Amino acid sequence: MLRGFFKKLGAVFSGKQIDEDLWLELEEAMVLSDISITTAEQVIGELKAMVEKRQCRDTEEVREFLKYELIRILGVEPARLTTRGEYPLTWIVMGVNGTGKTTTVGKLAHWLKQRGFRPLLVAADTFRAAAMEQLQEWGDRAGVPVLTHQMNADPAAVCFDAWQSAKSRGFDIVVVDTAGRLHTKSNLMEELRKIFRVVERAQGRPPDECLLVLDGSTGQNGLQQAESFLKAVPVSGVIVTKLDGTAKGGIVITIRDRHQIPIKMIGTGEKIDDIEEFDPRRFVDGIFEDDE
Amino acid sequence: MFEGLTAKLQNTFSKLQKKGTLTEADVDAALRDIRLTLLEADANFHVVREFVGRVRQRSIGEDILRGLNPAQQVVKVVNDELVELLGGGSEKPFAFSSQPPTVIMLVGLQGTGKTTTAGKLAVWARKERKNPLLVATDIHRPAAIEQLRQVGKSAGVPVFDMGQKTSPADTARAAMSHARSNSLDTVIIDTAGRLHVDTEMMEEIRAVKEAVSPHETLLVVDAMTGQDAVNAATAFDKAVDLTGTILTKLDGDARGGAVLSIRHVTGKPVKFVGVGEKLDAFEFFYPDRMASRILGMGDVLSLIEKAESAISEEQALEMERKLRSNQFGFDDFLEQLQQIKQLGPLDQILEMIPGLSPKKGMKLAVDEDALRHTEAIIYSMTPQERRDPGMLNGSRRRRIAIGSGMSVQDVNRLLNQFRQMKKMVRQLGGGKRLPKGFQMPMG
Repeated sequence: MLRGFFKKLGAVFSGKQIDEDLWLELEEAMVLSDISITTAEQVIGELKAMVEKRQCRDTEEVREFLKYELIRILGVEPARLTTRGEYPLTWIVMGVNGTGKTTTVGKLAHWLKQRGFRPLLVAADTFRAAAMEQLQEWGDRAGVPVLTHQMNADPAAVCFDAWQSAKSRGFDIVVVDTAGRLHTKSNLMEELRKIFRVVERAQGRPPDECLLVLDGSTGQNGLQQAESFLKAVPVSGVIVTKLDGTAKGGIVITIRDRHQIPIKMIGTGEKIDDIEEFDPRRFVDGIFEDDE
Repeated sequence: MFEGLTAKLQNTFSKLQKKGTLTEADVDAALRDIRLTLLEADANFHVVREFVGRVRQRSIGEDILRGLNPAQQVVKVVNDELVELLGGGSEKPFAFSSQPPTVIMLVGLQGTGKTTTAGKLAVWARKERKNPLLVATDIHRPAAIEQLRQVGKSAGVPVFDMGQKTSPADTARAAMSHARSNSLDTVIIDTAGRLHVDTEMMEEIRAVKEAVSPHETLLVVDAMTGQDAVNAATAFDKAVDLTGTILTKLDGDARGGAVLSIRHVTGKPVKFVGVGEKLDAFEFFYPDRMASRILGMGDVLSLIEKAESAISEEQALEMERKLRSNQFGFDDFLEQLQQIKQLGPLDQILEMIPGLSPKKGMKLAVDEDALRHTEAIIYSMTPQERRDPGMLNGSRRRRIAIGSGMSVQDVNRLLNQFRQMKKMVRQLGGGKRLPKGFQMPMG
């Protein structure tokens, strides 16, 4: 899966010399993978300075600098999901419409179960048609119970009930599937804040994860999404979905760079086990594989 | 900060406008900004390169240097090129087939809003006095068929499906005969979301297309899509020969540059845009309006259209007379609030106004709840109190607060703002503009 992620980058360096063309090609490759032009220019600026300072002649060296720089931005150590603590924990899964929240919640349920946890799924999308049925289906596939309420029930109340019931029934991790919300709708963002507050009150500490699901094909708007969600709740990680296509998801690099929100998981397909932990080193190494 | 395309181009052009003449260097400076902002708007790298090249070619040289107002010419060139790239005025609007049923098939990546869009198309067709049928062929995503059933129910439009066991092509074929025998004249086929690299799934929609030969094969595209829009659009176009595009989620703050890319690589027109979650939040696409919006001239045409349908001229004149003669009471204020509300969701209205583009330090998130609260307070006043707010003493205010479910502080704030507004209007005298920072009391 990592090979897809701007596979052109490897090719940019092979058999080239360090000149303006190299920088332009590098910029093109980065922009085409949805890294913001600002981040691209900044990274290239760093590389140029490095080349200057060390009097580099070899594109191989530039390539190593770039790897180093990208790993630096993405965070050297992988950021893991919080699975330990005072059970039940609560993970809130959120994002704009159509990024794949419900699918991701289904995959997380499976992922947790495989690791010996007892998750409980909560359908807090009481707005979209058939959203609850969709989550129920994922729950069935994963063999994980799903708590649903009526359509148009208050999502915060649903979460409160869910946490209570998880506690009394001995579940470890409550995974909340929230409704898709455009980050520009203030009333919906307020609703999210309320969910956060209610969970905080129920368990006596903030929700253990607030995960922003970002569609891998999202462009620069991803940054605004992250910023708006960040204003509403403390986003603890990003899950990038749909990375099995040709989209590169480079905007997460810009998001990581500006706001230090780590990427925690990536979705790579429609099957229940198409989810994996994000590893910056492996990821960047993958970028430079030249085999395609 | 991430600046909107609108804001940046405005800035660029205001720099240009300060000079009397336009040099090549000026044009290049402007083009650099245009390039950056288009890229930030998610227009494809290669498309932007070509676009900027064209603008440069047309801007530098005789035309510009001979012109009387060079800055205006650059604006015009950029605008013209954008409009042209977006399809100009040359496109046919959506046409129903003379031999019903008209068949419309929606295709696209996962999560772009196909099912919602299918519902919106059905509602729109209904308004055009058609009898639509929605057809569910997404046998892959859990509960997708159920979702369309529920959308159909709230749209009051029949939904045809054959469960998850029947192939999409067979379902589509059966839907056609169902439509014919029930004299339903518009068949809208919702398909599963798919990745354009998934050959098996692409084969599946090709089969649907062959089975029913749709009049329209529309690609549903999320306005937030990045650089990859080009690849997806190219692949879908190759597989099912698109007739057009529908751009969704335009009610967010995405600049929607992907639409430039898609238009450029497929050459197919954008037909509709989705502007909200409600089923009637659906409009035709206007290239000139979109270009104007991108260039910071605001979507004034849409705004004027909306205003004209919501507020009559007499109402406006009467309101002005009252304001000037200081007879303006809370009843009049209430009337004004309601007119504003008729225009539609406030955040959408504000976005159409030139110079009010988002991310300019301007808070665009209008709290519609606050409007409702203000209304509630006014409704709790007696007619006499509304005419003469001066009589509102402490106990009256308390009564109003209880009646409206607000606090006394809320009531006081509204009264203060109302007083200030009247004072300011008095100071304005004849024809002057409202001072900066002028705020409507909204609770």
